[in-house]
Amino acid sequence: MRAPSGGAEIAAGDVLLAVENVSLAFGGVKAVSDVSFDIRKGEIRAIIGPNGAGKTSMLNIINGFYHPQQGRITFKGQTRAKMRPYEAAHGGIGRTFQNVALFRGMTALDNIMAGRTLKMHRSFFWQLLRFGPAVAEEVEHRRFVEEIIDFLKIQEIRRTPVGRLPYGLQKRVELGRALAMEPELLLLDEPMAGMNIEEKEDMSRFILDVNDHFGTTIALIEHDMGVVMDLSDRVVVLDHGVKIADGTPDQVMKDQAVIDAYLGVAH
Amino acid sequence: MFYREAGQFKTSYTADMAVFPILQDRIGIAVVLVIAAVIIPLFGNDFLLQAVMTPFLVFALASIGLNLLTGYTGLLSLGTAGFMGVGAYACYKLTTAFPGVNVIIWIVASGFVSAAVGVLFGLPSLRIKGFYLAVATLAAQFFLSWCFIRVPWLFNYNVSGAIEVPTRTLFGVPVTGPNSLPVTRYLIVLAIVVVMTWLASNLIRGRFGRMWMAVRDMDIAAELIGIRLLHTKLLAFAVSSFYCGVAGAMMVFLWYGGAEADVFNINQSFTILFMVIIGGLGSLIGSFFGAALIYILPIILRIVPAELGVPLHAATVEHLTFIIVGALIIGFLIIEPHGLARLWQIGKQKLRVWPFPY
Amino acid sequence: MDLLYKVFIDPFLQMGGAPDLLVQTLWDGLVSGILYSLIALGFVLIFKASGVFNFAQGIMVVFAALTLVGLYEHGVPAYLALAITVVVMLGLAFSVERLMLRPLVNQPDIILFMATFGLTYFLIGLGELVFGGDPKVMIASELGLPKGAIEVKMAGGFVSLQKIDIAATVIASVMVASLAVFFQKTRIGRALRAVADSHKAALSVGISLEQIWVIVWFAAGVVALATGIMWGARSEVSFALQIIALKALPVLILGGFTSIPGAIVGGLIIGIGEKIGEFYWGPLLGSGIESWLAYMIALVFLLFRPQGLFGEKIIERI
Repeated sequence: MRAPSGGAEIAAGDVLLAVENVSLAFGGVKAVSDVSFDIRKGEIRAIIGPNGAGKTSMLNIINGFYHPQQGRITFKGQTRAKMRPYEAAHGGIGRTFQNVALFRGMTALDNIMAGRTLKMHRSFFWQLLRFGPAVAEEVEHRRFVEEIIDFLKIQEIRRTPVGRLPYGLQKRVELGRALAMEPELLLLDEPMAGMNIEEKEDMSRFILDVNDHFGTTIALIEHDMGVVMDLSDRVVVLDHGVKIADGTPDQVMKDQAVIDAYLGVAH
Repeated sequence: MFYREAGQFKTSYTADMAVFPILQDRIGIAVVLVIAAVIIPLFGNDFLLQAVMTPFLVFALASIGLNLLTGYTGLLSLGTAGFMGVGAYACYKLTTAFPGVNVIIWIVASGFVSAAVGVLFGLPSLRIKGFYLAVATLAAQFFLSWCFIRVPWLFNYNVSGAIEVPTRTLFGVPVTGPNSLPVTRYLIVLAIVVVMTWLASNLIRGRFGRMWMAVRDMDIAAELIGIRLLHTKLLAFAVSSFYCGVAGAMMVFLWYGGAEADVFNINQSFTILFMVIIGGLGSLIGSFFGAALIYILPIILRIVPAELGVPLHAATVEHLTFIIVGALIIGFLIIEPHGLARLWQIGKQKLRVWPFPY
Repeated sequence: MDLLYKVFIDPFLQMGGAPDLLVQTLWDGLVSGILYSLIALGFVLIFKASGVFNFAQGIMVVFAALTLVGLYEHGVPAYLALAITVVVMLGLAFSVERLMLRPLVNQPDIILFMATFGLTYFLIGLGELVFGGDPKVMIASELGLPKGAIEVKMAGGFVSLQKIDIAATVIASVMVASLAVFFQKTRIGRALRAVADSHKAALSVGISLEQIWVIVWFAAGVVALATGIMWGARSEVSFALQIIALKALPVLILGGFTSIPGAIVGGLIIGIGEKIGEFYWGPLLGSGIESWLAYMIALVFLLFRPQGLFGEKIIERI
């Protein structure tokens, strides 16, 4: 995939995104406290931790949906105090959500086509007439989206309104929509939630393929430790909004603080 | 048996994306257009043209306008009549100031004026969501209604406060004013409505339609895939108000022939909202269904009992209409919240498998 | 320059120059504010307990008043007519629950809101059919409400207080106080608040949705009746009242949709704001700005506080 515009060209292995000393609170509730970690280009980074650890809040901060009270975010060489959703999308950050955030009134095909919005430029005037350039652009993007549909094996359901799809397929469509943005960084919030073993294997394979073939950097929140160990290159562990471990899966699994957190031992 | 898609394969994306991919649909729409453009003007009497078809088309266009804003973008608006009025008065001022220019041009131009006003009153939509936005549009409606009554410049300082449509011609044939024929006016309204419906359908199928629907379904997710909310919402207001403005101008110039000061009031806004609800939110064809049902129902209520020998008072007809419309709205929402358009879709679905049950 | 003077200086000079007129305007604003609050109260009751925004509240006011007057015109004594009207409102609550709310349970709020549109039109048609569309006179004195005015000498002149207005203020305050207590302290009040939060959750703890809805729509009906009597006594009973009920929307925006004290505060702000605005600034713009001033106030307010004065800040989670 082509690299989206904005920001510096990052070489594989260099830091693509870094959060420094980020803190976020809602009223009295501290969601994230002084967390710092980075994500390197081309890697699969897992963010794990017990419920309420602040993982989703962390993704929301990277996306620009929440604005941290403190800290900085550096993305593709540009440092900011907070992200704006449009900047994040434009910079190449794609996202899936814990509770599937598909557009329920539209078909699977339209949802994924919606992901191409940033890439479509034909003006209002041409859209009005739907003639020549507008149609050509639509066809070009349709071709791309059909490749994603093939990749995710969801051909039969492309015309189905997403509200009627089973949960596992909805998650696949949502992944398709994020992929349609040709993201440099893909944020996946519990992509395996609610899936059986086969579905999990399918999803794991998709994630690995996206990372292998397209070089997309992936940050994923996941509860299934087996998946985390298999898929990820590095892991960061959050608990009650604080980072308690950061390293390879092997290192993190053996870390006493991590074990305590998951077992609920007070620390 | 008749409505089968089997054997109709699409070999290109372009063909797949057409408005009417199924051959039978294409035939159907051609038949409808022929009836509308040829049969009705030739065989319809003045009453049919003047009091049924022309108003139906005008309301259908206004319904499309409201549907674009409320049905496709999810922004509830109670100011439809106000924007229609802006279009009507803009057209009046333009044509009285520049009588030499073709009135059709002014009708279309007044849409732009209405669009500008729509964008102005749509600005709050970034901060205010959902139901609260409806109240903001109420502010627009009441303010604009007040302007139509209290700003004498709008009705050229006419003492009565009403405006009368001057005679304008097209290729020598009078199209507005007392000298024009119902059939001429009907054909112009038909032409404008057909073209604008086609344009709306183009927009809906392309990226703007998807952007609007994304904002409607989940604006947070829409933002995160790169859709700019304010631009998208304001565009919806602009396009919607454009359609309502043109509808309003046509209402005054090609249907009523004039306007009292309070024609574009809150009740008119509600009427069009009901058309959209009953017809189906988020459906162009639904706008036509809704306009047909809500507008033609009272006419039927007036005519049918009289034909059957049971005369009903005009006032009683109005009361009955209210009762029936009210009950219909509730009934529809219970049975089919997506309105007549969904019933139509279901009907077509059944037709696909007919004569088999499923 | 002249315009700036007219907008920012002159009205205040006028206020200072004739303080008795100012007090009179404030009083008139207060009274209409209280009446707006009553209508808003009906909205809040239903919204608090069912999450439904009852667009038909306005027509319920008219319908209740028409029923009362209609019965009296047919020879029913005043107090009996009042009792029968209350029963009619109970019947209305039952019908609405059975025919409209029950089939639509669990549908999104916007659907229910649109259903109340349908209800509005239905009641307008029914009311006009049964009672006729002409304005009617409210049977105020027959119900024991005082007539006439008290002239109070104050602020350098005279201020005239209609006795009916004073009665309205008192009755409204009593009604609001008892409703507030009802919601906070009683078992049913708690159940009502639970239902407003979540239909499904309330059902799962055994609260009978049907009963609750009937109770709350009946309460709203009674409030509507009281409002109709007060409004009708001050002017007349006509279908124009239904549009005035739309004014409750700005009140709700200011006061929040679920707050009873908010409905009062909002009503007073809108009522007084409108009257002062119309009286002192109205002549600048041409008369009749009352028709939109309240909405503009609400709009400006929404821009700064999208959740109203008393409403809860909406935190969206994804």
